[in-house]
Amino acid sequence: FAGLSDISISQDIPVEGEITIPMRSRIREFDSSTLNESVQNTIMRDLKAVGKKFMHVLYPRKSNTLLRDWDLWGPLVLCVTLALMLQRGSADSENDGGPQFAEVFVIIWFGAVTITLNSKLLGGNISFFQSLCVLGYCILPLTVALLVCRLVLLAKPGPINFIVRLFVVIMMFAWSIVASTAFLADSQPPNRKALAVYPVFLFYFVISWMILTFTP
Amino acid sequence: MATTATPAGGSRNGTGPEWGGFEENIQGGGSAVIDMENMDDTSGSSFEDMGELHQRLREEEVDADAAAAEEEDGEFLGMKGFKGQLSRQVADQMWQAGKRQASRAFSLYANIDILRPYFDVEPAQVRSRLLESMIPIKMVNFPQKIAGELYGPLMLVFTLVAILLHGMKTSDTIIREGTLMGTAIGTCFGYWLGVSSFIYFLAYLCNAQITMLQMLALLGYGLFGHCIVLLITYNIHLHALFYLFWLLVGGLSTLRMVAVLVSRTVGPTQRLLLCGTLAALHMLFLLYLHFAYHKVVEGILDTLEGPNIPPMQRVPRDIPAILPAVRLPATVLNTTVKAVEVTLRSH
Repeated sequence: FAGLSDISISQDIPVEGEITIPMRSRIREFDSSTLNESVQNTIMRDLKAVGKKFMHVLYPRKSNTLLRDWDLWGPLVLCVTLALMLQRGSADSENDGGPQFAEVFVIIWFGAVTITLNSKLLGGNISFFQSLCVLGYCILPLTVALLVCRLVLLAKPGPINFIVRLFVVIMMFAWSIVASTAFLADSQPPNRKALAVYPVFLFYFVISWMILTFTP
Repeated sequence: MATTATPAGGSRNGTGPEWGGFEENIQGGGSAVIDMENMDDTSGSSFEDMGELHQRLREEEVDADAAAAEEEDGEFLGMKGFKGQLSRQVADQMWQAGKRQASRAFSLYANIDILRPYFDVEPAQVRSRLLESMIPIKMVNFPQKIAGELYGPLMLVFTLVAILLHGMKTSDTIIREGTLMGTAIGTCFGYWLGVSSFIYFLAYLCNAQITMLQMLALLGYGLFGHCIVLLITYNIHLHALFYLFWLLVGGLSTLRMVAVLVSRTVGPTQRLLLCGTLAALHMLFLLYLHFAYHKVVEGILDTLEGPNIPPMQRVPRDIPAILPAVRLPATVLNTTVKAVEVTLRSH
């Protein structure tokens, strides 16, 4: 706020005006007050924003929506879904190597924070939460892969079963990588994209590996 | 006139710009009240003055109606100056505490900038350093160059963590996943940081010319060999192959580090001590990683966690309390033998 201290206001003129956030789009301006709107509207608007970002991940193109209006709702939902689905069905078989809820949760957030710090260290011009948001939303294809895997696992186990799962997981893994690099690569210096993408690759690889080796 | 003009102006000024801070508000509000009281005492002299004052007062009333809320604020601060002071102090304290926290957070964030020079690399540089980490250079007379960079080492350590997890999974290691993850991260980072610090300490004792940063980079790139060997041998279960790779790839990366250290140390005893320690630690770590997370962990855990019924576990522990000298070593020995047996059987 160093710049604000330079502005001198004449004592006789009452200060008045409207505070507008320049980042918001013009469409929002007519309902700038969210106090009067119903709760349903508020929730629906946020849900729509989250849904729109999901669409952006599923069909990645050069767009700044995911970066501009970041939120952590989508990542939270995806992360919890993934962790819940990776949880073993029976609680008593605790020592059978299945990933626990807390573990998946920690891997995802710890990994995302590590990647973000790495990209900051490499000189990327992206904010901390923007990067977390993108990495979190790009788990969506892998969540879909897990869903498909669980459905496939209902069928008779065998080599064909495994090959189908392998194919699905590899496809979704590639999708995740492509989507996240489409959003994140622009924020890095052009000569260092490979360095920034490598930890992202590792992060999604570990998650895909957990999904592939999961058996209920 | 001049004095009477101030109250209206004062109150307006005091209430108008809310940005002015507490000081101004108090003064403005205070002067308005005091002047109005004074006016009653001194006004009798001139009738015209009275009339104008009356007009001004009425104006002020209109003003007050217009800006009722703000007037109230000013009055509050004026009448209850003490409370204003108090609230100001509290606000000051809050501000100070907030500032302290913010500056702490900022300094934490600024630490990233301190680390940034160590991550200033190009992909081609990383590639060439990875390759060079497998090529020992026989140049002893002149100190070899070590690039002080942390990106490569950090990524290699994370890769090693991922490979270890993979190895544990493929070997159907039966322990809780949380332990697996923690173990993998703990082992890799513990080795990297711990051995670097230890060798740095030894280098300080042996008078070798190396900094902590260089040590971290050297050992970190030395893990590249480990990554390759483990990635291959976790997937191809052949013991002869592992020993071959252990000697060849692990040996090459160790030799490279040893060559660098030798070139930076003076005196045969110091060289032997430093390089012997590093080589032994590095080679044994690879051996440990391969066998510990390949089959052995599984075996030991089967032995230890197999009879996982709490009351049954208590029984052998109660008996040594009676006959400690005889039973305790026997129990320990028994467990060890069982573990070794399982190990041998699995290989």
